[in-house]
Amino acid sequence: MSEIVISVRELTKKFGRFTAVDNISFDVKKGEIFGFLGANGAGKTTAMRMLCGLSFPTSGTGSVAGFDVMKQAEEIKSHIGYMSQRFSLYNDLTIWENMMLFAGIYGMSKKESEERALWLLDRLQFMSEKDTVVGSLPLGCKQKLSFVIATIHRPEVIFLDEPTGGVDPITRRQFWELIYEEAASGTTIFVTTHYMDEAEYCSRVSIMVDGKIEALDTPQALKKQFGAASMDEVFRTLARSAKRGD
Amino acid sequence: MNAIEIKNISKSYGEIKALDNVSFEVKKGELFGLIGPDGAGKTTLFRLLTTLINPDAGSATVDGLDMIKDYRAIRTRVGYMPGRFSLYPDLSVEENLQFFAAIFGATVQQSYHLIEPIYKQIEPFKTRRAGKLSGGMKQKLALSCALIHCPSVLFLDEPTTGVDAVSRSEFWDMLSELKKQGITILVSTPYMDEASRCDRIALINEAKILGIDTPENMVKAFDLPLYGVKAKNMFALLEVARKQPGVLNCYPFGEMHHLVADVSFNAEDMKKALAKVEGFCVEPAVPTIEDMFIKLMKQ
Repeated sequence: MSEIVISVRELTKKFGRFTAVDNISFDVKKGEIFGFLGANGAGKTTAMRMLCGLSFPTSGTGSVAGFDVMKQAEEIKSHIGYMSQRFSLYNDLTIWENMMLFAGIYGMSKKESEERALWLLDRLQFMSEKDTVVGSLPLGCKQKLSFVIATIHRPEVIFLDEPTGGVDPITRRQFWELIYEEAASGTTIFVTTHYMDEAEYCSRVSIMVDGKIEALDTPQALKKQFGAASMDEVFRTLARSAKRGD
Repeated sequence: MNAIEIKNISKSYGEIKALDNVSFEVKKGELFGLIGPDGAGKTTLFRLLTTLINPDAGSATVDGLDMIKDYRAIRTRVGYMPGRFSLYPDLSVEENLQFFAAIFGATVQQSYHLIEPIYKQIEPFKTRRAGKLSGGMKQKLALSCALIHCPSVLFLDEPTTGVDAVSRSEFWDMLSELKKQGITILVSTPYMDEASRCDRIALINEAKILGIDTPENMVKAFDLPLYGVKAKNMFALLEVARKQPGVLNCYPFGEMHHLVADVSFNAEDMKKALAKVEGFCVEPAVPTIEDMFIKLMKQ
């Protein structure tokens, strides 16, 4: 029996009379790459914010890395990694300084931070660029760097919000190899994307429509269920059934 | 006559080369796609052609007018939808439309035939402030405003970025409709799968044009054997496949990995060699624009 890292039951978020997230339930296992798909406005961002401890549910329950989304938002924040679709490292700091800053924010000791940073630099083969100012790096490097910095405190779960938007096709694939590698080492990956080929790389995929999870399974099983040749087709079939606009 | 002619254009920002000796033409009435990642130089090219900045070298014409000499005339003839939402958030939908019409000395009635199919979708919200619209509605309003003076050339800078697959496809349907009205459209996108919606495309990366052709010819020009490979453990397969004889490249490609081979590659030999790999299968694959882009990037 695999360990469950994210568990959500009947999670709901209302803004006034609008139900952004409507009674969703699912589990994510340790080491899974969980694709969280949905059309614009389906409720993905709202759901993700609740899982990251940034917003309280209106009703329902959930736990992330063993902490309660209602009562332990701060503990959740320190046990997860998050990479936003907007580049959020400090452009005026060097790679090394960014790493030390984020490690410090997560309360890591100097020795621990330095060891971890050296290991990550080695993994990215960025060792020689360690003192380069981040702002001068090519976009692809920045994305990869953002990813490893999101893992600096060895979080149990990493949330990736459209991590590959606008990235060139080679870097996009190198990025997914980093994700594969991280998941293989036991980290759970929770990822949103608009690239449907990337949905195929996930262990399991959920598709949200109008605040509800309308489908959840392995890409293979979803394609079978909807009689579709690709995840793109599955997504189109489901997203077209949406009633509310974005 | 060509709607756009670009000759040896270069533009740098300090040390950074944004465009390096770029040349191409867009024919009248063409739907032309500029396809490449962030930082490739797409936005700089749009800013040059809409006369917002001048090149360091080279020249260009839009609708037969020179980008330097005739910049004022160009501005009255082009519609421009920048990548970032640039309407007035405090004005209502309707007010934005009227404002842009007034600036161009036009009226909403004159161009209504052009914007109707797009504007009709947001008309129920015409009294809502533009800043309060959803992403998809903002995009439709921005496109309506860019069309308000019946431009002969339309510049759309990444109109579908961050938009889901279904809405993206609907947006391209709108562009196909506009093309029927005779408008020349230059549109940029980072999504390679949108290439097939264009008459012709230019692939652009790191300030340079990698290739220009119709989407069909672009794919035909992929002259190396291409295979799809699959196994139970897809991640492990990447490493293994890359070490096989005759394999030039192997990368994730949706459900299968794509494997680029040279002439010495033999799929039967690979099957034998990897007989022990659980669920291994190899079959010929059809190249896509993205395969071509990767190939050209590597050259």
